[in-house]
Amino acid sequence: MTGEPAIDRRANAAPVYLDYQATTPTDPRVVAAILPYFTEKFGNPHSTGHRFGREAAEAVERARGDVAALIGAESREIVFTSGATESNNAAIKGAVRFLRDERRSDRDRIVTVATEHKCVLETCRQLEREGFSLTVMPVKSDGLLDLAALAEAIGPRTALVSVMAVNNEIGTIQDLAAIGALCRARGILFHSDAAQAAGKVPLDVDAMGIDLLSISGHKLYGPKGIGALYVRRRPRVRLAPLIDGGGQERGFRSGTLPTPLCVGLGVACAIARDEMAAEAARLVELRRRFFAALHRRIPGMRLNGSGEQRVAGNLNIGFPGIDAEELLEACATVAASTGSACSSASIEPSYVLRALGLDAAAARASFRLCVGRFTTVPEIDFAADALVAAFERLRAMEGMKKAASGAT
Amino acid sequence: MAASPLTYLDYNATAPVRPAVAAAIAAALTLGGNPSSVHRAGRAARRAVEAARDELAALAGVGANEVVFVSGGSEANHLALRGSGRRRVLVSAIEHDSVLAAVPDAERLPVAPSGLLDLAALAERLAADDRPALVSVMLANNETGIIQPIAAIAEIVHARGGLLHCDAVQAAGKLPLARALLGADLLSLSAHKLGGPQGIGALIVAPEIALAPLQSGGGQERGRRAGTENVPGIVGFGRACVLATEGIATCARLAELRDDAERRLLAMAPGARIFGTDSPRLPNTLCIAMPGVPAATQVIALDLAGVMVSAGAACSSGKVRPSHVLRAMGATAEEAASAIRISLGWDSRAADIDHLVEAWGALYARAGRPVAASAA
Repeated sequence: MTGEPAIDRRANAAPVYLDYQATTPTDPRVVAAILPYFTEKFGNPHSTGHRFGREAAEAVERARGDVAALIGAESREIVFTSGATESNNAAIKGAVRFLRDERRSDRDRIVTVATEHKCVLETCRQLEREGFSLTVMPVKSDGLLDLAALAEAIGPRTALVSVMAVNNEIGTIQDLAAIGALCRARGILFHSDAAQAAGKVPLDVDAMGIDLLSISGHKLYGPKGIGALYVRRRPRVRLAPLIDGGGQERGFRSGTLPTPLCVGLGVACAIARDEMAAEAARLVELRRRFFAALHRRIPGMRLNGSGEQRVAGNLNIGFPGIDAEELLEACATVAASTGSACSSASIEPSYVLRALGLDAAAARASFRLCVGRFTTVPEIDFAADALVAAFERLRAMEGMKKAASGAT
Repeated sequence: MAASPLTYLDYNATAPVRPAVAAAIAAALTLGGNPSSVHRAGRAARRAVEAARDELAALAGVGANEVVFVSGGSEANHLALRGSGRRRVLVSAIEHDSVLAAVPDAERLPVAPSGLLDLAALAERLAADDRPALVSVMLANNETGIIQPIAAIAEIVHARGGLLHCDAVQAAGKLPLARALLGADLLSLSAHKLGGPQGIGALIVAPEIALAPLQSGGGQERGRRAGTENVPGIVGFGRACVLATEGIATCARLAELRDDAERRLLAMAPGARIFGTDSPRLPNTLCIAMPGVPAATQVIALDLAGVMVSAGAACSSGKVRPSHVLRAMGATAEEAASAIRISLGWDSRAADIDHLVEAWGALYARAGRPVAASAA
């Protein structure tokens, strides 16, 4: 492809970044939008008694509208939070604690899925310790939730179902509309962690029957430290707030809103909305090219997760007979990871891959490659070469070790 | 008409980010990387976070391992009050709403008309119940600037086996904070009150305290606060701490400006009341009641004249309630309803005070005197 910059192949050059599901670079258009709000337009958006405060408040409300538009919601259904972890905690803990404490409802069961992000699973386990009952659904070998099994698992005692829109390790897209319909028919709240989905796949909270939806800024080329929670108004979803006090965000979330970060999230959502369709098509092409380049040269390579129901930028693959951590260490020119960044330092193989039925060795041999907005074709070609070379070096060393031990 | 100058005197609500801090944030925004990732981009982000943690630890006079980054002062207060594990909680009556709301059924500790905590009442309350307590008292009040004797309070609390949380959000950058001197076990800080960015704060946690997290998830912040770190915010916070520490020495300059304003306002309006003048006070804060004129009216009139101040805390947008802080100090409902907060900061100048005095004086001439005279 002409016009694309060549890859800097020097040893000390920045690695090719293929970890877009851990975090995305902040889009320069987002950075440009944010910066004036630190210095020139620095007001506290809650100080509406004076002009700097009102100026900040107007910027925050514009951003709220842009976030809402991305998911087919109304502005006033958007609550700004510090990120998707807070959104997930606020949604799940807030909804079931409200039912227990205010409504004295006997709906005390939470249903979620084995492949959810750690912060959803940990939140649910915390609630289990508080006396709620928890069902963690398995997934099929392609990572998709079995809808018939879900329909059987939920009932009159179920308070809330939490299913992520797009998985952070294997990119699997769940059938939210079908899950939403199942929940709606039974009067159950439906929460979806859309941190990896917002701005990547079309989301519509009404069409999908979603009551609560979590968004992260830094997964869609916005800043870190900001996220949003969609809270349905009709029928109204009530939450016990995680952070109470000043009464900001209509009582759902107290604390001074960080105007620059809200603005950044808004701009990131507006860009994603405009560019999502074209960008997804481009990323699918990049991913196919990447997969083909590796598949051709690594016999026995496996793809984890559904090939079809998959977010455009994600590959999760296993190279035969290696430890993926060792492979990535041996391939310093590529920045990728074996799974969720939260557990990068952990030595346990991915629980997401284990939930697909992979044995420990197959899970350990697997890693995630994510392309994104700034990934180029030359970068993909370079990374494929580098990964294959690292694989061959590891195999050769393995062979020498075997030969050495065989000789003694 | 010539554009009138704009004067910002609402630093206790939020402060403009210092230019050097904004530059550090801009650089960090383009840095990228998730600090939990083990590749090069992740390691660079991790280094940036840990360097800022050291800068914050220096400001608070604590070890870096005592710093837990959170999204701001409200979260820090919630984490402290709900995470300490203490069932019995006592809070002063003048705390910020985020403290009062964190444990709604906490026992309220009275303050004297001076605005200072009633230490005898504190000792009595603690002695009345053997359960180990958590006590929360702010270092400096956001509305009046009154500074509490935290070290003396800590001594009383610790003698009864209690823990002391101190909301130091308004004091940071204006007073020395060494935790050892204060004696507090938990300390809340917010970046945007001291020239750092909004959306980042910290809770300082003494090493022996096992804190239950508010947010469950990945094991960030050593299990005490889950969620991907706000790297640019943390970097900006660190830089702001360095600059604020250097700037504490120049706070005397703010006190001079503030005292000048006070003298001039009182000279014009002898009936005006300034809160906290008999107590130790932050150098930047001036809480003054213009009798007979509702605070909201004053704020609007001053805004029209280009002077930005506030009627108490900036929180629940627009709703002006009589300040619970002033009421707790024994102010009448009318006095409390006519008090505004004027707060200075790192970029305040003498011309700002002139502008304030002129605008406040004009309003007083229009609205203040007749009402005050008719009341007399």
